[in-house]
Amino acid sequence: MVGAACALYAARAGLDVILVDRGPVAGGTTGAGEGNILVSDKEPGPELDLALLSGRLWGELAQEFGAAVEYEAKGGVVVASSPGGLAALERFADGQRAAGVVAEPVAGDALYDLEPHLAPGLPGAVHYPQDCQVMPALAAAHLARASGARLFTGRTVTDVLRTQDGAVRGVRTDKGDIHTPALVNAAGTWGGELAALAGVRLPVLPRRGFVLVTEPLPRLVRHKVYAADYVADVASDSAALQTSPVVEGTAAGPILIGSSRERVGFDRTFSLPVVRALAASATRLFPFLSDVHAMRAYLGFRPYMPDHLPAIGPDPRVPGLYHACGHEGAGIGLATGTGHLIAQALTAKTPDLDLTPLRPDRFAEEAA
Amino acid sequence: MRTPLELADAHPGPAFTVTLDGREIEALPGQTVAAALWAVGVTSWRSTRGEGRPRGVFCGIGVCFDCLVTVNDRPNQRACLVPLHPGDAIRTQEGTGHDG
Amino acid sequence: MADLAVIGAGPAGLAAALAAAAQGVTVAVVDSATEAGGQFYRQPASGLRARRPQALHHQWRTWERLRDALPGSGVRILTDHHVWSVERDSDGFTVHALLGPEQHEPVAVHADAVLLATGGYERVLPFPGWTLPGVVTAGGAQAMLKAGLVVPGRKAVVAGTGPLLLPVATGLAAAGVEIAALVEAADPKDLVRHGRALAGKLPEGAGYAARLLRHRVRLLSRHTVVRAHGDERLTGVTVAALDTDGRVRPGTERYVPCDTLAVGHGMLPHTDLAETLGCRLDGMTVAVDDEQRTDVPGVWAAGESTGIGGAGLALAEGHIAGRSIAARLNGTEPDPVQWAAAAKSRTKLRKSAAALDAAYPPPAHWSEQVTDDTVVCRCEEVTAGAVRDAVDELGAGDVRTVKLLTRAGMGWCQGRMCGPAVAGLAGCELTPSRRPFARPVPLGVLARQHHIATEEGTS
Repeated sequence: MVGAACALYAARAGLDVILVDRGPVAGGTTGAGEGNILVSDKEPGPELDLALLSGRLWGELAQEFGAAVEYEAKGGVVVASSPGGLAALERFADGQRAAGVVAEPVAGDALYDLEPHLAPGLPGAVHYPQDCQVMPALAAAHLARASGARLFTGRTVTDVLRTQDGAVRGVRTDKGDIHTPALVNAAGTWGGELAALAGVRLPVLPRRGFVLVTEPLPRLVRHKVYAADYVADVASDSAALQTSPVVEGTAAGPILIGSSRERVGFDRTFSLPVVRALAASATRLFPFLSDVHAMRAYLGFRPYMPDHLPAIGPDPRVPGLYHACGHEGAGIGLATGTGHLIAQALTAKTPDLDLTPLRPDRFAEEAA
Repeated sequence: MRTPLELADAHPGPAFTVTLDGREIEALPGQTVAAALWAVGVTSWRSTRGEGRPRGVFCGIGVCFDCLVTVNDRPNQRACLVPLHPGDAIRTQEGTGHDG
Repeated sequence: MADLAVIGAGPAGLAAALAAAAQGVTVAVVDSATEAGGQFYRQPASGLRARRPQALHHQWRTWERLRDALPGSGVRILTDHHVWSVERDSDGFTVHALLGPEQHEPVAVHADAVLLATGGYERVLPFPGWTLPGVVTAGGAQAMLKAGLVVPGRKAVVAGTGPLLLPVATGLAAAGVEIAALVEAADPKDLVRHGRALAGKLPEGAGYAARLLRHRVRLLSRHTVVRAHGDERLTGVTVAALDTDGRVRPGTERYVPCDTLAVGHGMLPHTDLAETLGCRLDGMTVAVDDEQRTDVPGVWAAGESTGIGGAGLALAEGHIAGRSIAARLNGTEPDPVQWAAAAKSRTKLRKSAAALDAAYPPPAHWSEQVTDDTVVCRCEEVTAGAVRDAVDELGAGDVRTVKLLTRAGMGWCQGRMCGPAVAGLAGCELTPSRRPFARPVPLGVLARQHHIATEEGTS
């Protein structure tokens, strides 16, 4: 998704773009995502700024692509499970509001107007109308096509070609060399490997997640609904399994149920304990789901970086190398802002956001 | 002309009554919803959630889920698998089976 | 708790269960049907009290031998068990099933070893009109006849390709259905060409041919159904001749009125449980060694899941698996001499299965007949045009990407029905899908299992 967005914005900035992927379109984490475009789960700071920019850009793209990418401005509802949790959630929302997020407190009764099928007795929630959703694979495919970029799928980059003074001059692939003065690393969870080919360290690590998919249903869940502890889980550094319920309906009918986080490398083994935990937390939030069938489950690997911020912008260590990866579970939502900022960097424009906190070499400094 | 029952020399117990959308039909002990409906000449009992097209048995062995039907208010039962009991209420199913 | 859990009570599963039980192994056979037998020996519902079920069957003597051996064998048959997953745990395996027919209540069977004898299902390639009521799979028509003693209509066309069509046509005819035509895409010359390997099968075929004659069934070989007609249900089909390249010969189309079309293009194995267990697959089938072992310790596979080959091959493979399991569970190296006869028959039948496969290919250019408005994914109503767009316009080159971009394969059947069609339209190989749930599971069942596991963990 990030690569497709970079291609789109770079092409619209007047550049000639080639999009290379070792797999098919949306074959990595994009194809395993839920398509979140969220502000609700982000605390004030550079990621929230990027999310707000990205949300605006998604809104613009929705005018252009709309139904083809199943864009839905459905809003998010973050539910507290205890009065104490609600107070903490509302304090969190206060901070977000100051940063430009629309966050509306929802008292217990009004909550059931928003989501009639939630479990009874919940103290309250915060409603985030800016939260949206797209179908990620469709979004990536349509953005890639609209970019007009030449699309080379099934082609693996095996080396980064550099000039004598170390600048990028192209990439070597298993199907021949491609010459270019600018290389954008949008390899997501595998971005560290691509960076290594260019001789630099970029600590992108996989954080596994499962999604459960139900049978098709009428619109019984209207928003993206999740429990307030999701925010804490996203920000956590634990390697152990964490699950917090995230439940949402889709335009196509099925309900998607997340979310789990584990640092287990690239292990693709199906885990019944994880999907059982997902089912348990989702049915607690929406009891009607107990009688609903899970039809499938899939897993993906979020590109996780130690400080939970993506790497976006030029890499001062290798002239011509730009990074656009490490968005963890927010890559779909943050793709548009990332693509826009990368295009600005590629065309030597002043970026709309300060890229300092996202600079790709920040970890090298820490290590030194 | 031989019937399948004659061919297998079947001597089922007495037929019983079930309903299809409120209309009474006869079923034989052991027959699935699909078998009983075929026996009275009904070949579709579901309309799809996209185009509203009629569907009935396709694979006949529980793999294709085309024959989904509502039995005793439980939607999305595979008609080819579910045996009938006296008084069962079969309802044709529309869309997801959970609509309205 | 059992030493061995056999999944599937068809010929492979029962042969394995009997062979293992004879060596003292405690065996539980789980099966989704209400009676043992599998698809091949699918039994009439007991309530129908059929005194002559053999009239619907072939090789009934073999079934009698299996059936009659079961009561004294100690093998437990657990019917109405719809297995949705096999989980490997510290002390063996847990077979997770839902109790049928409602499939809402969970049940678990623990065992030290597992035999996957999950059988197969029919492959049907699409054509305009194939979603109309009255169009059923050939195997489906047969299954409904065997189990429910019912037929779908009065006048049927049986079409497609493969050795299943003959018994389906003769079975329906014997049950009173007028067979308007038997439309077989294969060329009879190919059957003769593969004749040596088919030596054992040809007398069987000759028997069917005699029955076809008796029922005055018109056999149209090297023909195909190009369209099914009707509005709310089937009223007829258009059939056409195929040229030697497998293309429809223009001008040969003719209309055949009928209320039933029983159609199939061969079989595909069920491999979901094996795939989720991590067993290596070889193309679309579970890879096994000479003992029918998969590469996951404790997991064996036999029958159609290891390659479509029919009931005879399933019996041989099941027997070998059962002997191997018994020896291995006792911690001894099995002696292949014990199953030499079965191994010989396995070799021969695998050869004839390969020959049948070669003799009955689907029409090479079937996709040319599939109009853009033809629904390919029956569940999600995805058209051939949408699949072609995903390939031509959006860059999809494999079944998974087509699925992501079109929803083809995301519905109730999880792509089992449309997989071959999507692969054909996308011009790629059909590869096994990952289906961690072999059938839909209520979320409440998963949630309860979580609560039980976590409570056990804390106590």
